[in-house]
Amino acid sequence: MGNRSIVPYGPQHPVLPEPIHLDLVLEDEKVLAAIPSIGFIHRGLESLTGKKDFNEMVYVAERICGICSFMHGMSYCMALEDIMNVEVPRRADYLRTIWAEMSRLHSHLLWLGLLADGFGFESLFMHSWRLREKILDMFEASTGGRVIFSVNTIGGVLKDMPNDMLKDFVRQLDDMEKEIRETTSIFLDDYTVKSRLVDVGIITGEDAIRRGAVGPMMRASGINVDMRKNGYAAYNDIDFEVITSNKCDSYARCEVRIGELFQSIDIIRQCVAKIPDTEINTKVTGMPNGESFIRVEQPRGEAFYHVRANGTKFLDRFRVRTPTFANIPALTQTLQGCQYGDVPLLVLTIDPCISCTER
Amino acid sequence: MGQILPFTKQVLKNLFSEPATTQYPFVQREYPERTRGHVDINKDQCILCGMCMRSCPPGAIKVDRAAKTWTINRFDCIQCGYCTEKCPKKCLSITPGYQEPGPEKFNYSVEVPYEPPKPAAKPAAATAPAGGTKPEA
Repeated sequence: MGNRSIVPYGPQHPVLPEPIHLDLVLEDEKVLAAIPSIGFIHRGLESLTGKKDFNEMVYVAERICGICSFMHGMSYCMALEDIMNVEVPRRADYLRTIWAEMSRLHSHLLWLGLLADGFGFESLFMHSWRLREKILDMFEASTGGRVIFSVNTIGGVLKDMPNDMLKDFVRQLDDMEKEIRETTSIFLDDYTVKSRLVDVGIITGEDAIRRGAVGPMMRASGINVDMRKNGYAAYNDIDFEVITSNKCDSYARCEVRIGELFQSIDIIRQCVAKIPDTEINTKVTGMPNGESFIRVEQPRGEAFYHVRANGTKFLDRFRVRTPTFANIPALTQTLQGCQYGDVPLLVLTIDPCISCTER
Repeated sequence: MGQILPFTKQVLKNLFSEPATTQYPFVQREYPERTRGHVDINKDQCILCGMCMRSCPPGAIKVDRAAKTWTINRFDCIQCGYCTEKCPKKCLSITPGYQEPGPEKFNYSVEVPYEPPKPAAKPAAATAPAGGTKPEA
């Protein structure tokens, strides 16, 4: 029996870009339990529905998260389109899919950089972020924003990407694919990286289901679950296989996300090849009245939207469950029994987005 | 494993390639034309209707019909572009060029030369105001 102690981890910690607090119960260097507490940056999203009308809420929803901002805007718009029975033009669906997959690319590259930084591989961090920068430039050229795009509207999208621009993006992504392959091969093959990731933070498939994990966390435990297979936006026209791994450890989570990088590039390619020439938005009139549940696959996993409207311009309820929130129970499971030095890494492997979590 | 100095290729590539960053103050960045930098107004077309003020999510725009001014607090503006969507005359636009940081938030105000049409009771007798500005209904 070693010495037991409780070490507070966070809310301010060099490896955490955002505040989350964990109480780590340690026995010597071994973590026995982790007790999370959240709520440091709660922003009261739902109370804003009483002040901003449902059109303005698009811009609020986008600001739930800085990384999956596009997908938050998209899911909110999808929820209201569902309530108002609006048929979105097909081109808008395709454009949304392209932007969503580009968001996934930039989110996963960001995460790879943070992971490399987490285990102290500075140059790999720089290289991942250098690649990400090109995606941000594409966003700026197509939407005007690098982080917050504001292109979603209820009934479609506000900006069109001309076909020349789309072809140019595909060409750039083709070039990037080689570079991404080169950089990610270090994550997958280098023994220094492997020594930090392999067999660290194991969570089995049953545990992942029991703890309600979502996204890459779930897929890295061998569970085939991906909301994109539900066929929202243009995903029902796209041919892709859900990437899973049976290794259940941190390396598997890294592997799944790297696989998704190439998958996203492939999805964008398919979208550009198939995109129809139609309008990009439909005019929406009237006030929403009804209720809708939307599930989308964000880079970090499944996000769940519940919107209830009462026929006025202000919404009744607006609830969002973000993927990080769903992954925190799984995180506490992975932390049980790990070494204290692996805690930062394990916190990173769920791809935490605390601002998302607290809304 | 089994590789000798696996980083050599990358190191050589980095040595002989251009830096990924730019020397910022000396080399200015070129923004794409769609960049949402700041909201611009074409004051000749503005009719002071106030739609932008009512739609602005952070409440950064103030339209004063009496003083004939269109005012924006660029530090509050989130460049969402909702005002440009709502503007009935399409006189608002988002153009490249970000607001520079400053020691305090200040307002940017524009005098709008709009002459509201006189509420003339008899349309047959109504004449266009002889002012220099063009009236817009």
